Amino acid sequence: MRDFEYTAPSTLREAVKLLSEKGEAARVLAGGTDLIVQLRARRFQPERVVDVKNIPEVNELSVSPRKGLRIGAAVPCHRIYADEGVKEQFAGLTDASMIIGGIQIQGRASLGGNLCNASPSADSIPALIAYGAEAEVIGPDGKRKIAVEDFCTGPGSNALKPGEMLVAIRMPLPKNNSGGHYLRFIPRNEMDIAVVGAGAFVELGGRSKTRVFKSARIALAAVAPTPLLVAEAGASLEGQPVTEETIAAAAAIAQEAARPISDMRGPAEYRRHLVGVLTKRALIGAVKRANGEFVPNAVQSNGHPVYQLS
Amino acid sequence: MTDHGETTRKGGEIRNFGTQTYKVVGTRPIRHDGTDKVTGRAVYGGDIRLPGMLYGQILRSPHAHARIQRIDTSRAEALPGVHAVVTAADLPDTTGGRIDLGEGHADTKYMRDNILAGDKVLYRGHAVAGVAAVSLHVAEEALALIDVDYELLEPVIDVETAMKDSAPLLHEGLTTTELNEDTGRKSNIAMHIRHEMGDVQQAFAGAAHVAEAEIRTATVHQGYIEPQNGTASWSEDGQLTIWTSTQGSFTAQKQLATILDIPVSKVRVIPQEIGGGFGGKIPVYVEPVAALLSRKTAHPVKIIMTRADVFESTGPTPGSYVRVKMATDASGKLVASEAHIALEAGAFPGAEIGAAAMCVFSCYDIPHAVVDGYDVVVNKPKSAPYRAPGATQVTWPVEKVMDDLARQLGKDPVAFRLDNAAAEGTRRVDGIVYPRIGGRECLEVARDSDHYQSELSGPYRGRGMAIGYWFNIGLKSAVTASVNADGTVHLVEGSTDIGGTRTSVAMQFAETLGLDAADIYPSVGDTSAIGYTDVTGGSRVTYATGWAAYEAAEDVKRQMIERAAILWESSADQVEYSDGVFKTRDGSKSADFKQLAQKLEDTGGPVVGRATVHPDTGVGGSFAVNIVDVEVDPDTGKVDILRFTVIQDAGKAIHPSYVEGQMQGGSVQGIGWALNEEYAYTEEGRMANSTFLDYRMPTSLDLPMIETIIVEVPNPGHPYGVRGVGEASIAPPPAAVAAAVENATGTQLNVLPLRPDRIINAMEDSIPAAAG
Repeated sequence: MRDFEYTAPSTLREAVKLLSEKGEAARVLAGGTDLIVQLRARRFQPERVVDVKNIPEVNELSVSPRKGLRIGAAVPCHRIYADEGVKEQFAGLTDASMIIGGIQIQGRASLGGNLCNASPSADSIPALIAYGAEAEVIGPDGKRKIAVEDFCTGPGSNALKPGEMLVAIRMPLPKNNSGGHYLRFIPRNEMDIAVVGAGAFVELGGRSKTRVFKSARIALAAVAPTPLLVAEAGASLEGQPVTEETIAAAAAIAQEAARPISDMRGPAEYRRHLVGVLTKRALIGAVKRANGEFVPNAVQSNGHPVYQLS
Repeated sequence: MTDHGETTRKGGEIRNFGTQTYKVVGTRPIRHDGTDKVTGRAVYGGDIRLPGMLYGQILRSPHAHARIQRIDTSRAEALPGVHAVVTAADLPDTTGGRIDLGEGHADTKYMRDNILAGDKVLYRGHAVAGVAAVSLHVAEEALALIDVDYELLEPVIDVETAMKDSAPLLHEGLTTTELNEDTGRKSNIAMHIRHEMGDVQQAFAGAAHVAEAEIRTATVHQGYIEPQNGTASWSEDGQLTIWTSTQGSFTAQKQLATILDIPVSKVRVIPQEIGGGFGGKIPVYVEPVAALLSRKTAHPVKIIMTRADVFESTGPTPGSYVRVKMATDASGKLVASEAHIALEAGAFPGAEIGAAAMCVFSCYDIPHAVVDGYDVVVNKPKSAPYRAPGATQVTWPVEKVMDDLARQLGKDPVAFRLDNAAAEGTRRVDGIVYPRIGGRECLEVARDSDHYQSELSGPYRGRGMAIGYWFNIGLKSAVTASVNADGTVHLVEGSTDIGGTRTSVAMQFAETLGLDAADIYPSVGDTSAIGYTDVTGGSRVTYATGWAAYEAAEDVKRQMIERAAILWESSADQVEYSDGVFKTRDGSKSADFKQLAQKLEDTGGPVVGRATVHPDTGVGGSFAVNIVDVEVDPDTGKVDILRFTVIQDAGKAIHPSYVEGQMQGGSVQGIGWALNEEYAYTEEGRMANSTFLDYRMPTSLDLPMIETIIVEVPNPGHPYGVRGVGEASIAPPPAAVAAAVENATGTQLNVLPLRPDRIINAMEDSIPAAAG
């Protein structure tokens, strides 16, 4: 590891200045669970590291009926999954933030960092996409918003320009009769990287016996160079009844959209197979939650949830 | 704080087949080194800091197979803070023979080439140069300034490809040794061995039932937590001192002396606490480089591997290709068997093919058998022993065939194995005739166990069982024991402790003298403080070093009796010792051990007991049986272990908790080997998963509590009936888990690991084609 300048600004303005001065040679530090590992592996050799944890705006976590959910870029996972508002309204985000690394990692790692790191297999990103989240960004030219599905531009690269940083992630409060779920496949029960991940958010209409999908969003992890929104799979469900068949059809569309590679975590063909399995399970979990049923996540079930429409 | 002594820790079941009950042996005292391990006070190799110490780093090959055309170290040497750079040119180039490492052996030339590559690099991670600098970071920067020109060669990364005549050769000078004769034929096949007994062809021809299996297993690593490390100080008078994490200080001493071409007396190895070994810490890696750097810089030099180094540059266990065929007569008696075993030695010859050939049919009584074994080099790190080396690779194919034969015969798998179990007097294909062994008892205990008798129901659930064997080794051990004035004893032994053996050795000493385990203070001596002691391997320490402790205690007893005789103006033959009390035969005088210990100064000075042992025969082998229940997710192919029982013959369990720990540890490593662990290679021969994140060892969340049943069939070749227990438990898990998965899914599997994608493919293949 090369030596570098460590800075810890307390305002966004100061942070942007420190970042802008160094351009590509500056890196933002939040929890550091990716950055420090990457520095040690010499993936980056920055001249300046800008620790943003002293900046109030990036540490805020709030849920309000009007503004929805706002997650500061440095808010660690453990605060997210311990938050009553998030638990109640954004169970799919709880699913994801509980399985990023282990307990110690979750004490530091932030969803903002998970997003900026732009790994195709990031667990939180498909969940954020499913909830329709936006990234709030600040830079030398002021603030701008980027839809999370457009934020990642390739493995390890994102839409931030030199001098820009992520401030927060925000998303609207889900309507009644809606639910979200994220799950991943790993061959072990913990401490692993998604072979495939799937997040779904659904809003249901109709009566309890004859539910229909009003809308649905489905996003995938680890099957493309970036986390993938499969808009057409969600669209295929709009106005359709909630049945095994409509869900299977949406899963088949997701399988078509996936562009997996073969690597040490799994062969491409198997990943495509898993997209079908996990998309169905994510949709069923989301539907059950929309119906007010309890759906355990990977930690609550120790990897053994049951996925059947009731 | 709890004192040493009896605890109430609840243990698993123990089934006794004729062992005695003792005062200390068989109890569960707190381990002598436990407090320091728990508080963090224990000193490991990574903790070593010496005055003037420099930090070493090693440049490693990015290529799997290449010729080194040029190494230019001048830019690195010019970097401020760099003290020295070494390459293979700094190693002596004497031609030598082979040295015996206890568990495994090595050729001198190959040993040196593995420490620092000579003309070729033979695997990604192969050491090319070493740097010593004032800090780790300067040394790391210097690595980037070493210029190496490589001529890339085609890599060979699996045993089947490597055995082909058309395969690129790793070593120009390597020719096949065929049945002990050099054929002169250039090949990647270093050695072909054969064991044969009876008339196999005729026996197969007359058989009623025949079954075959063809199995491939991946390269897997021991996965110890502590990376290899070594600190060297080479003084101006030529004395080399090494602080390291090793399974054998004398084995490390012997390797260092050979590699560096200096007398063993010039090398002192001070073994540190070990964070896991499992066989992988028998060879040396960084120590000779640290030594060369120390000699060149006149400073102590310390080198610690990274996790990636550990995966890519130390010895994993061989990947394998194994074919087995076995046959019974109409009644279900085994009549014939044959095996073809090819093991990947890695970059240099020396896979444990001999051990594999000894173990393959070791569980059964088979009159006609033949085993062919091949030691084959491939462009992977040189393999090292891993817990029962060679046994796990051959156990699954045999057990898969046994299950197939049991099905053909309509017999219960355990009953079928019992019908054919090896017993006292059975002759193995490699010529060994068994003394009393406990394989049959282990199978009986398994059959009668709560687990095997329980019902298993539910979709995609299945049960499997298997038996495996490890022969264990004896070798040489030394123990000295100094009696303290307060009646305690300082016991020094030469076996580095990777499994609680300080305590299990001290317990045998305490038992022999009628003392408490807590009265004995055991420590591991360095090579200048204790007599020659062989490697901690082959499950030998509790057996052989324990035996030395028994003899040393007898020596102390004799000397103490003499002292009592002096004190009481009697003669030694008039003094007896029992239950910790010395007495004259007439009962007029008595003193307990502590009282007599206080009188040593007046009766001639200190009492030091000593013993060395070298048991060659009588080393009792150990059998392990597994019963496993699994559930498979039919959509994803993921396997969950629902219940796992290991039954193993310990001879006599000195400290049952440690025996259970060995049984559970071996089982867990075997489960990892079965389900997900493997070296994943790119087409260029680079390991793609050299992190604990992607090298998928099981975590605590992936395992049920491993249930244990200790079987005690005493070993007649040991004073307390001990059989080594460190290794046999890793042999059967892949076989048992695979049988359970096959049972759960109705598939046939033949490649390890049983990855979820492979299970899904097998399930798709096994679905009968739809009609029409």
